[in-house]
Amino acid sequence: MKILVCISNVPDTTTKITFTNDNTEFNTAGVQFILNPYDEIALSRAIDLCEGGKGTVTVINVGDSSTEPTIRKALAIGADDAVRINAMPQDAYFVAYQIAEYAKTQQFDLILTGRESIDHNGAQVPAMIAELLDIPSVSIVKKLDFDGKTATLSREIEGGKEVVEVDAPFVASCAEGVAEWKIPNMRGIMSARTKPLQVIEAAATEQLSKINQYQTPAPRSAVKMIEADDVKGLVDLLHSEAKVI
Amino acid sequence: MSVLVYVENTEGQFKKSAFEVVSYAKAIADQLNTNLVALSIGQVANEQLSNLGGYGAQKVLNCNGIQSFDSQAYAAVIAEAATKESAEVVVMANSFSGKGLSPRVAVKLKAGLASGAVELPQINGGQLSVKKTAYSGKAFAMLALNTQVKVIALNPNAFQVKENSTAATIENFQASSATSRIKVKEVVRASDKISLPEAELVVSAGRGMKGPENWHLVEDLAQALGAATACSKPVSDAGWRPHEEHVGQTGIAVSPNLYIAVGISGAIQHLAGVSSSKTIVAINKDPEAPFFKVADYGIVGDAMEVLPKLTEAVKAYKAQS
Ligand SMILES: Cc1cc2nc3c(=O)[nH]c(=O)nc-3n(C[C@H](O)[C@H](O)[C@H](O)COP(=O)(O)OP(=O)(O)OC[C@H]3O[C@@H](n4cnc5c(N)ncnc54)[C@H](O)[C@@H]3O)c2cc1C
Ligand SMILES: Nc1ncnc2c1ncn2[C@@H]1O[C@H](COP(=O)(O)O)[C@@H](O)[C@H]1O
Repeated sequence: MKILVCISNVPDTTTKITFTNDNTEFNTAGVQFILNPYDEIALSRAIDLCEGGKGTVTVINVGDSSTEPTIRKALAIGADDAVRINAMPQDAYFVAYQIAEYAKTQQFDLILTGRESIDHNGAQVPAMIAELLDIPSVSIVKKLDFDGKTATLSREIEGGKEVVEVDAPFVASCAEGVAEWKIPNMRGIMSARTKPLQVIEAAATEQLSKINQYQTPAPRSAVKMIEADDVKGLVDLLHSEAKVI
Repeated sequence: MSVLVYVENTEGQFKKSAFEVVSYAKAIADQLNTNLVALSIGQVANEQLSNLGGYGAQKVLNCNGIQSFDSQAYAAVIAEAATKESAEVVVMANSFSGKGLSPRVAVKLKAGLASGAVELPQINGGQLSVKKTAYSGKAFAMLALNTQVKVIALNPNAFQVKENSTAATIENFQASSATSRIKVKEVVRASDKISLPEAELVVSAGRGMKGPENWHLVEDLAQALGAATACSKPVSDAGWRPHEEHVGQTGIAVSPNLYIAVGISGAIQHLAGVSSSKTIVAINKDPEAPFFKVADYGIVGDAMEVLPKLTEAVKAYKAQS
């Protein structure tokens, strides 16, 4: 079996988000970039499925050369090889288009992604890839079993979960629960340096959306402290002042 | 020209979030001076469908041919309806299903997509500018859509339901191209549970609760308020609570009217997913806990003592109001 895992390079979760250039650009000064946590969990599941020589895992990233440490991390965790499409992501459609174009040249059984990237939070790339390839997609997957032909997945729905069955090939966007996080071991880190990383130039496509400006949330007003034995006072304020109950 | 709104049903019923998207789409149709057409997929009774008129839909397309949810088949129906109605803007909810759906619709229509919209768009000629969440709730982005057709997926709880009584005509709609390739084996829906992203009130608790055996205190308060329950990441990692309750940057993002955080320190990753809540209450025994910096109301105290008292006070308030 052949699995493709899409990985994005995102600011570390502790990053305080600021912008430069009149709020048009994300300020990368001093920011550490990491493998998107959901992509890491998708990768972990892919590696588990291929364990014992049952298949190979390729990771793909659309990005400039600055994303290579993140790609090497994915190889250290256990991916077999990597592809980088050499372009700055313009929007989700652009990214999905590049990945779909690459996938068309290969025969992947599964294409796994994270449920969303923690920077753009579009949750757009996975379903776009599937539409471009005209194959099914299942989003927010919390469990994934695959026998080589048919997969059984559990996905999150409003107020519950749904178990579905679908034949490969398809795209699944993965969330917590789908696997245990894997920590790269010394052997993984050493071998990651020599695993193949292919760089491909981007295919031409249009950009369908553009971020013109960013805004940071308005600061909240100061907290009103209430004595621990005056819970009734809190209930009154929630009713009369905040008007939420 | 028109605005098309896809309205999701839950087992044949429209919930508040459905009326939110219709109200939002109606406001856009008014901005553009055009008609609002709603589309429903699945088995929904006619009287339910005509309820959509109450929020401004002039026409309701009813596609009851496909039973279970398959984003590929649904997207084909929505795109076909959009083409038939010459829709300039297609609106839907940024729900769990919507996240799998709106990108496919956008690709089919070669449309720019804004998912996670939190406000009405600004319209400049043929361009829409949509405010959406970015960086896990730590920021917003103004996204410009220049394409002929635009798709907007609205965040839950971001737009107020607005009644707008219109007599809606109901029309059957059968799409030609939709075939489902996904088989649904099982649906587990806790009917008494309020879905977290849509909840207006949320009671959330962290490691300060010490262990799962104390969670009844959290549930009692949630029940008294009619709130959903949530938790911090370490709590679900430890298996005290299920993963789907974990909120924050790597969990679910919520923006309820009221978020009560009990025994949660207020780490940046947690706050990322909850800071757009309208009102925040923090209960923590440590007066220095970072959560108090973003809270509107705070109580310094032991959760085990404060929670039962607060639950009683809420019950007393409910009884007299
Ligand atoms: C990559 C990454 C992603 C992450 N994503 C998330 C995320 O999405 N969501 C998330 O929540 N976290 C996330 N975290 C974890 C986050 O950094 C914090 O560790 C976590 O939020 C802390 O949870 P907590 O507040 O429940 O526990 P703690 O930090 O242990 O805090 C417990 C709090 O309870 C208080 N307390 C103790 N006893 C009592 C009592 N009897 N009564 C009242 N208060 C009491 C303490 O004063 C303390 O403030 C992430 C971390 C990483 C590295
Ligand atoms: N630049 C990228 N390169 C490769 N995969 C990506 C990229 N951006 C996003 N993805 C994948 O798509 C998922 C959803 O991203 P998004 O649509 O940005 O929320 C991520 O979890 C990744 O798996």
